Amino acid sequence: MIPDSPLGQVISLSSKRLLQDVPSPGAGDAVLRDVLSGAPFDAAVTGFVLACLPDSAAPVMWVSDRMSRRENGRLYGPALAAFGVKVPILRIEVSHPRDVLWAMEEGAGCAGLAAVVGEIHGAPEVLSFTATKRLALRSEAAEVPVWLIRSGDHGALSAARERWRLTGLPSARHPWNAQAPGEAIWEAELFRARGRAPGTWRASHDPAARRPQDRLRLVSRSGDGSLAADRPATADLAGG
Amino acid sequence: MVLARDGTHGPVIHAVSAEAARRGIGPGERIVDVQAIHPDLHVEGADPAGDVKLLDRVAQWARRWCPWTVRDGEEGIVMEITGAAHLFGGEAAMLRDISARFRMQGLTTRLAVAPTRGAAQMLARFGAGGTLCGPEDIEVAIAPLPVAALRIDPDTERLLQRLGLKTLGKLMEVPRVALMRRFDWLAADVNPLVLLDRALGKLGDPLNAPADGIRTLARVRLAEPVIDPVPHLDALAEDLCRQMSKTEQGARLLRLTIYRVDGEWRSRDVALAQASRDPAHLLRLLTGKLEGIDPGFGFDLLTLEALRVEPLALHQDHLDGRRDASADVAALLDRLTAKLGREKISWSAWVESHLPERVEERVAALSDAPAAAPAVMRTRPLRLLEPPEEVAVLYAVPEGPPARFRWRRVSFLTARHEGPERIAPEWWRDRPGTRLRDYYRVEVTDGRRFWLFREGILGDGRGGDPRWFLHGIFA
Repeated sequence: MIPDSPLGQVISLSSKRLLQDVPSPGAGDAVLRDVLSGAPFDAAVTGFVLACLPDSAAPVMWVSDRMSRRENGRLYGPALAAFGVKVPILRIEVSHPRDVLWAMEEGAGCAGLAAVVGEIHGAPEVLSFTATKRLALRSEAAEVPVWLIRSGDHGALSAARERWRLTGLPSARHPWNAQAPGEAIWEAELFRARGRAPGTWRASHDPAARRPQDRLRLVSRSGDGSLAADRPATADLAGG
Repeated sequence: MVLARDGTHGPVIHAVSAEAARRGIGPGERIVDVQAIHPDLHVEGADPAGDVKLLDRVAQWARRWCPWTVRDGEEGIVMEITGAAHLFGGEAAMLRDISARFRMQGLTTRLAVAPTRGAAQMLARFGAGGTLCGPEDIEVAIAPLPVAALRIDPDTERLLQRLGLKTLGKLMEVPRVALMRRFDWLAADVNPLVLLDRALGKLGDPLNAPADGIRTLARVRLAEPVIDPVPHLDALAEDLCRQMSKTEQGARLLRLTIYRVDGEWRSRDVALAQASRDPAHLLRLLTGKLEGIDPGFGFDLLTLEALRVEPLALHQDHLDGRRDASADVAALLDRLTAKLGREKISWSAWVESHLPERVEERVAALSDAPAAAPAVMRTRPLRLLEPPEEVAVLYAVPEGPPARFRWRRVSFLTARHEGPERIAPEWWRDRPGTRLRDYYRVEVTDGRRFWLFREGILGDGRGGDPRWFLHGIFA
């Protein structure tokens, strides 16, 4: 038994199950993953997907439709190297979500790609359950990880094996400047997954990690979740 | 009407029309001088490179008469008609045919037939039109021609003129030893004696005609006109790939052409990222391109041509059964380009520039390879808005970014910020009056991080109050 430190209570994790339960989306298993954005104009989704890309000489295909480029801006190449992304990115910029899905399907069937990322804004009709099912099957057959970034969509049906929702949190303390935003922190919610319980983690990103799968750090949310959720209600009561 | 080209002292006349020649205007005169005499002169720029290109094409076309056909300088074509004249009913009939066909194309010709190439060139340029010269009367035929017909240097020509040797006949009378001694320092192709010997057939003067390009072409002829090309593509692709595998080549550029019954033709081009002779792959690329092709009332001839081929040796897959991944990617690029268009599929290329929106450029993925990214020391947003969007400042503070601003009809409250990073306009590229930018990283209360900039500073004399823009979004 380890005594409590003056900073807080120390708990020991007796069962390994708790540790194993943290998913590692960057490990590169070839499935279709949906990533939804918790708030509009939030690049947390982009950061999360980029942090999960592998390091390889094989390129990553990045497809986007016109609406998502207009809403969220284009992926900006000069920022990628500093973000730890070393893989060459093949950009495909089309206007209609139909073409995005077609290109993603072609890419998902091509074993020479390291990953396929598609961006579709909103919930267009072509992005149906069937379309995602096709993508999922293709991805598993050719062993290419496929990411579908759905901004401005509140969780329409999808056949993705993992569905994430990303929300930006206030950033960490800047080491030298209290006025400046520090390291980005996101709230990553896995709200649907095959063969695993859903959960919520605090995600952060370490561009200097040695192994690509260590680049994304998922940490269980500290503090008592239920109490934290209750706090505003009590505040309201006190105010009223 | 004259054509002008640039001379040492301003533009000079390159070529003249028949009317201008009748009024005494000649090539080489200065445009300003001629315009002073003829104020109604119409001048157009000459295009020598285009002329040469046209002549090359005409020389290719002229192979309809005989295979040994080359362009001669910038203004002639030499044809080796040995063994070909009888096909057109003799030399005279052949000359008539050539002249008539060129006239149909709108081109005038000066023709001559002679036993040697040099003599034919001289007679065509300086002799009477349509000269037919037999082997025994070369000397007689070229004797009255001026020495300039030899196409020697102007200096040599002037020297011969001064010596009183104005015609080739006079030159032929001079003893060979004297000529040889006089001109032995000249190279063979400008030496008058050598050129004369070649024209008289005493020296060999072979014609070096470039070989015809090998066309890799498969065609299907149909007994009846049809509307739908798809059922025939299979056979075409198979045939083309069989031809290419014989020469160990693969196609980089394909053209499918349909010849319609009304005499029109329509074609579709397909480019490939990597040479291929896989019929299934070619077929898949072609099927996507056929949507807009207009068959009219049907077509009865269908060709598939490999316009650009590259050597493609047989390639072995890995022994353990793995496939070559780069070939997969190349095939994917082909399919994407064929369907979506060339400019939509791109790699990033890098430009040295301070302005964030200029650093990254797109290059077509089909033709270029990905370039390594430059090291950027500054923090840059993952997503960039193009163009930057203006934000409305609700609560300005004297230093730093606005404390409250509105963008896309949402109001944001600044929690933390970092900056400014000043990026000055590029004076060598931007127009004068472009304002500098002060960039701030701004985090709003709910944790979203934006890249804001202020365009200009108050009192910089380049417009009114500075405006604020949102340029990027950080992860």
